[in-house]
Amino acid sequence: MAAASAVLQSEWTKIRTVSSTVWTLASALLVTVAMSAALCALFKSTFDDLSEVEQATFDPTFASFSGMILGQLAMVVFGVLVVGTEYSSGMIRTSLAAVPQRATFLFSKIAVAGGLALVVGLATSFLSFFLGQALLGEHRTDLGADNVLRAVVGGGLYMGLIAIFSMGVATMLRSSMLSLGILVPFFFLISQILSAVPKAKEVAKYFPDQAGSKIMQVVPDAMGSEKAPYGPWGGLGIMLLWVAVSLLGGYLVLKNRDA
Amino acid sequence: MIELEGLTKRYGTKTAVDHLSFQVRPGVVTGFLGPNGAGKSTTMRMMLDLDNPTSGTVRIDGKHYRELAEPLKYIGALLDAKAMHGGRSAYNNLLCLAQSNRIPASRVGEVLDLVGLTPVARKKSKGFSLGMGQRLGIASALLGDPEILMFDEPVNGLDPEGIHWIRNLMKALAAEGRTIFVSSHLMSEMALTADHLIVIGQGKLLADTSMADFIQQNSRSYVRMRSPQQERLRDVLHANGFVVVEAGNGTLEVDGATTEKLGELAAENGLVLHELSAQRASLEEAFMQMTAGAVEYHAHGTDVHSGAAAPGPQWGTTSQGA
Repeated sequence: MAAASAVLQSEWTKIRTVSSTVWTLASALLVTVAMSAALCALFKSTFDDLSEVEQATFDPTFASFSGMILGQLAMVVFGVLVVGTEYSSGMIRTSLAAVPQRATFLFSKIAVAGGLALVVGLATSFLSFFLGQALLGEHRTDLGADNVLRAVVGGGLYMGLIAIFSMGVATMLRSSMLSLGILVPFFFLISQILSAVPKAKEVAKYFPDQAGSKIMQVVPDAMGSEKAPYGPWGGLGIMLLWVAVSLLGGYLVLKNRDA
Repeated sequence: MIELEGLTKRYGTKTAVDHLSFQVRPGVVTGFLGPNGAGKSTTMRMMLDLDNPTSGTVRIDGKHYRELAEPLKYIGALLDAKAMHGGRSAYNNLLCLAQSNRIPASRVGEVLDLVGLTPVARKKSKGFSLGMGQRLGIASALLGDPEILMFDEPVNGLDPEGIHWIRNLMKALAAEGRTIFVSSHLMSEMALTADHLIVIGQGKLLADTSMADFIQQNSRSYVRMRSPQQERLRDVLHANGFVVVEAGNGTLEVDGATTEKLGELAAENGLVLHELSAQRASLEEAFMQMTAGAVEYHAHGTDVHSGAAAPGPQWGTTSQGA
């Protein structure tokens, strides 16, 4: 067997020597932090205009992650490109000729890229949190309050898992364009729209992003959002199941199909 | 030693590779010849375990490719010149391959030097020309200093200088005792480089022979003659016991004779000759005849095969002096 440590090192070299790594991860961080900060400033200045329910369930922690809805798309792009460029460039044949043990190849790649996405995700959520709280003024909370640390760490996990889920999907579809064409509209539009439509939202609750984002809420069902039949960790568990299914699907496709 | 046993690949109802069995012996250049679409690339991809065979096996020194711990140290392959990430530099493309097989990073510089890419080592490989891409692919094949090298159509799209370089490189590698397996659809290319020949057509094995035997069995020598007095010339030749074939365009082909003998004969009989030349049916023709029934994509309108021994300035025929 190829030594896993050697393959991990090789995958790390691959990831740090392409420019898309830097611009996708930097976008994920900057877009999330900037948009969250802008929305926190907006919440502060318009707090009195919010409805009573919204005021009563205002979740300063969750508010400081509002930019993630856009920032997660950069994570999707990162996850898709890490895998997809192997196929679009034809590098996959060179890579598999060097590491014919496909499980070692795939899971080394995902460990390295997923680990990096988790680190950047955590940095993003902590930055977003601190900047957001600073801008919320009297409505702010702090890291020591109940469940806040869980939500902030959870925000980082969420970002990382979105990237890993995208890697699994791209391995199944073997194409960057196709994967982006499905994942970006799904996370940005379809999931958001369906979660607002009666009946459809009963299903949408179990989508990876809807379930996973519960971990970032300190106030349950914050800001008048839908009641969920699962708690924050339950939601993250559902997201992890999605990630596991996408990785398993990706592995089966890679194992059985011609490169 | 690479052993193929009953290797078969089907795509739906189409059989791309059909019960292929042969061995690639160590220390020689084995040419793998077949027309376009004969299944050469598919076979090579199966040898590297990139494509799964429908049935049959490939063994490398008795092992499956997937069982090789660090395969780049056993087999180096050039399949597709562009199989690298264009946004990565040549150096980094090779470095990540080297690391995966625990090949020291210093080797990357060595192979880049060997293929002459040192000046562009830090340039992104997407800006490379076809020839540079081919050199980068060859550098990746040589990375692990492997005993076995596999090249799929290495001269495709190269300029004459590049072709010359690859030929010499393959000869040099074989001289070091390595096993070279190289595919081509050009017989003339194989004749220059290969010691052993494996010919396939429509996925089936058509020949597995040494180059020398193939040449001996398949090259026919004859003399081509053209004369304004063709009728008389033919009668004279017949009278002297020569076998004459009329080849159209007013030319005659005479087997088993020398130009000297025929020239003297014509002079004795006062015949005017417009052409008297020794010809050898090229290996390309022999190859085309062999694969005639097994060509995947025919060009319509031109009958390539009956023209195999026809005279005239055809690409398939070469003058002996050329």
